[in-house]
This record gives sequence, structure tokens and C-alpha cells, in this order.
Amino acid sequence: MIQFDKVTKTFGARTAVNKVSFTVEQPQMVGVIGRSGAGKSTLLRMINRLTPATSGRIIFKGEDILALKGATKRRWQRDCAMVFQQFNLVPRLDVVTNVMLGRLNGHGTLKSLFNIFSKDDVAAALSALDRLGIAQEATKRAEELSGGQQQRVAIARALMQDPHMILADEPIASLDPMNAKIVMDSLREIHERDNKIVLCNLHTLDTARTYCDRVIGMRDGLIVFDGPPSELSTDVAREIYGADESFNEAATSTSIEGNGQTNPAGVMAPAAAVSG
Amino acid sequence: MAVAALEQEIMSLRKRRQLYSLIGVLLVIGVVVSGYSKSNSMNSGGFFQGLSQFFDYPSEIVVEAWQSGPAFFGIMAGFLPAMLETLNIAAVATLIGGALAVVLAMASSRNVDSWGPLIPVTRRLMDITRAFPELIIALFLIFILGSSPVPAMIAVALHTAGALGKLFSEVNENIDRKPIEGLSACGANWLQRIRYGVMPQVAPNYLSYFLLRLEINVRASAILGFVGAGGIGQELRRTIGWGQGAGDETAAIFVLLFITIMIIDQVSSYLRGKLVGSDRAH
Repeated sequence: MIQFDKVTKTFGARTAVNKVSFTVEQPQMVGVIGRSGAGKSTLLRMINRLTPATSGRIIFKGEDILALKGATKRRWQRDCAMVFQQFNLVPRLDVVTNVMLGRLNGHGTLKSLFNIFSKDDVAAALSALDRLGIAQEATKRAEELSGGQQQRVAIARALMQDPHMILADEPIASLDPMNAKIVMDSLREIHERDNKIVLCNLHTLDTARTYCDRVIGMRDGLIVFDGPPSELSTDVAREIYGADESFNEAATSTSIEGNGQTNPAGVMAPAAAVSG
Repeated sequence: MAVAALEQEIMSLRKRRQLYSLIGVLLVIGVVVSGYSKSNSMNSGGFFQGLSQFFDYPSEIVVEAWQSGPAFFGIMAGFLPAMLETLNIAAVATLIGGALAVVLAMASSRNVDSWGPLIPVTRRLMDITRAFPELIIALFLIFILGSSPVPAMIAVALHTAGALGKLFSEVNENIDRKPIEGLSACGANWLQRIRYGVMPQVAPNYLSYFLLRLEINVRASAILGFVGAGGIGQELRRTIGWGQGAGDETAAIFVLLFITIMIIDQVSSYLRGKLVGSDRAH
């Protein structure tokens, strides 16, 4: 479905993403892990074209999306929805408008400038919000919501775009464990029910293990691991993070039920992970 | 060892800062002292002699106004049309100038993804319109277009576009980029990003500056009457030029101007307080 071919990004002398090549054949939930600065965010932002790539190709349906320009580029941006660590909503607008903004690309400029959205848009926005369990907040301003609620609004906006895939750049890094679970459950549910690719940068190994069908480990811009979560042993994790023997992931685990590796029973994902 | 070296460096840095502060203070004192002696030597009559005559004209006006009694309010009402004309000049000029300022601001801030090559051009354009006071532009335009409120309005609008554009673009530079990025990621084009990512963030501040500018422009429009732009300023110039005998009219204009400006100031500061407080930006 989507194929990465030697995708590279350099910032001056530093290479953030170094000739990354991999292919996602069918709708999968892919987790990208690695320490800060490994190039995870840059990789995701290059797919959505928020950051221009230096070289390489990303092929989707036979088209190199890194070569798209102007209106076709914006159309692609709509097709691969992005969810951010800091939510990136418009704080002063109400929740339902924020969600409808996901459809801006489909609307004429003049009409959209006057804040004209159709009845269908409102209905679609409300059903997206309802799916994430926050329809009752629709008329509040986005800035009045808690972090977890804001992230759910951001996911509703992504759904509103009706995308081929969802890119999530550390979606739970600023959330508490309970909200993190709700957000990850929603992303997993979108992947399973709508059969969409979900590419997700993660900071916590237990999250990657419980929710993802496939884990890609990055280190210094290179892919150093690519496989199912079952192969993600502590040794492999040490390799990805460049850590020594003292590395103990349980120390920073955000799972409520202790180490997710030993006790994943509370989350819905493991069964799905096998079938996916 | 390293700590000792660092300590020395910090101490010398502090000494240098103290030296700079001292030089700064001495400079300010020097400028004040030299400025005072210069202006005192250029004064024709000396400051204290002039002071005794300072209140002669104002007291004359007050006496004449007092003598006219209740008719004073009639005189004031008579100047209302002129006052309205001045307010009109100010309002139209602020609206047109403000609209231009929004366009200029959106084209001159890197933070809102303005087109790069255009940024220095629009910035210089704003500098130029701001550099000339309304009075100079108005004198120039009145010479070309003749005495009427239109050149005054254009003059005030031009200056407003530059002044507000500068303030607006500074507001733009301070906004949060995250909503803009979020909209980019949805495939929104530039105008849509401005409308939904930028405007909701800047609207309260824009309106606040806009109202502030309206206050300033009412005063500016009043002054422009002096060079023949009509309105209350022209009336004031006539009555002051008349000298003795028109003191009651001068007083009436002053009071009218004072009351009007005070009302506008109060209303706009109330509105600005509400804007920055809690509103829904739609």
C-alpha cells in the first residue's frame, strides 16, 4: 500500500532520517519507537509533507507523494491525517468547528472563509465526536477541554478528513495513563473497524507491544528493528535505545496494571495484534 | 579548577555589566542637562516671565463662557454637526485603514507563512506610510484635492494602515503556530489557515488596537480641521482666530471635544476589556 524508498532528511550536516526503506503491505497498526532525536517525528512529518524530504521516494498507489505540489499536495495531506503530541487544535474555536476544519480541503476557499459549513458537515462532525465519546462537549471551546479530551477532538478531526491512513506523532506523550489508554484504544479501534493504516510514534515500549501489529525501531535515523511486537525483547530494546544493562523499561512504564509485557489482559489489543 | 575559572568569568561579566549601566546613566544625565540649557538659552522671554501671562487667555475664555449663561449649551449644540463630521472622518479612516492594515499584516509576518519575498516590501511600505504624520499627508492632499473632509480621511487612513499594520504584524509574530500546523496537515490552503488558524487567535487583540486607533484618529481628525479639512477643528481655528468676543464659542468647542473624546475613550476601554476577557471568536 505504501512503500518507502531510501527516504532521507538532512538538517545541515546532521542526517535525521537516513535512507529509510520499508513497505506497509496491508492496513496495519505500526508503532515507531526510538529515543528522542532518532528521526521518528521527521519521518512522520515527511509523509504528511509538513517537512520536505531531502531525497528518496514514498510511493502510494503508484504515485510518489514527495513530488506532489500545490492542490494535489494539499489533497494528499487531507488523505493522510495527522495527530500531534500537542493536539494542534484552534483553541478559541468550539469543538465542533475544530472537527469540521478537517474538511476544509474539500470546500471552496470563498465559502469556507465565511464559516459556511453544511448540515452534512455538522452531522459528520458530531458522529465523529460521538464515536470518541465526547459529543457532549461539541459546543465548548477547544481550550476549555482537558488534554485527553483535546486529543480525542484531534482524532475526530482526523476522522472527518476521511483519510487513507492516520499518522500519530507521539499522541499520548502529554497525557496521563488513563487518557493515554482511551486515545490508544480509539486509534486501535479506527484501525480495526475502518481498516486504515495507523502509523504511530511512541515513547513507551509497553504501548507499542500491546497496541501495534508491527514495530519499527529507529536509531540515529536508521531502521534497526522491524518486526512483530513479540520479537521486541529487552535486548532488542536496549539495542534500539542504545542503553546498557541497567536499562529497565518497567521503571518508566505508563501502564496502570504494572508492566504491560507481563500483564496485558486489561487492554483489548493482544488478540487483534495476532490477527492483524 | 573548572569551577574556579567559571567563577572568575562570571565575576568579570558582572563587572562589565555594571560598567555598562554606569555609562548608560551618565549618558542620560548628560542629555537632560545639555537639553535644558540649550532650550533655556533659545527661549525669547525666559520660562518664568512667560508663566505669569500663561493663564491670561484661558481665563478670558472662561469669563466669556460664564457670561453667556445657559445660552452656552445652545452654542455647544450648534457645533454638533461639525463634531459629527470629525467623528465621521475618523470612523471611515479607521475602517479603511484597519482593513488595509489586516492585509499588510498578513503579508508581512513570517509566523503566518507570508510569501517570503513580499515580507520586506510590505514592511517598508508600512514604514513609509507611518513615517509621515497625518498632518503632512493632509496638507499635501488638500493642496491637490482642495479643502474637504476627503483628503483628511485619506491622510488618516494611510497613516492608520501603517501604524495598525505594524501592531497587527507584531500580534501575528506572537501567535501559537500549532493550530496553523494542524490545519496544514488537513490540507487547508493559505487563506483558510489565516481564517481559522490565525484570525481566531489575533481577533481580540486586533479589535483592541483598532478601538485604540479610533480614539487617536478622532483627535487627529480634529487637528486636521486646522489645515482646512472641515469638522470641529476648522470651527476651533475660526473662533480662536477671532480672539476676543468668540471666547464662549471656543469654550463650547473645547467642552464638546472633551466630552466626546472622554465618551469614546470610556466606551472603547470597556469594549477592549470585554474583548480580551471572555469572548467567542467567530
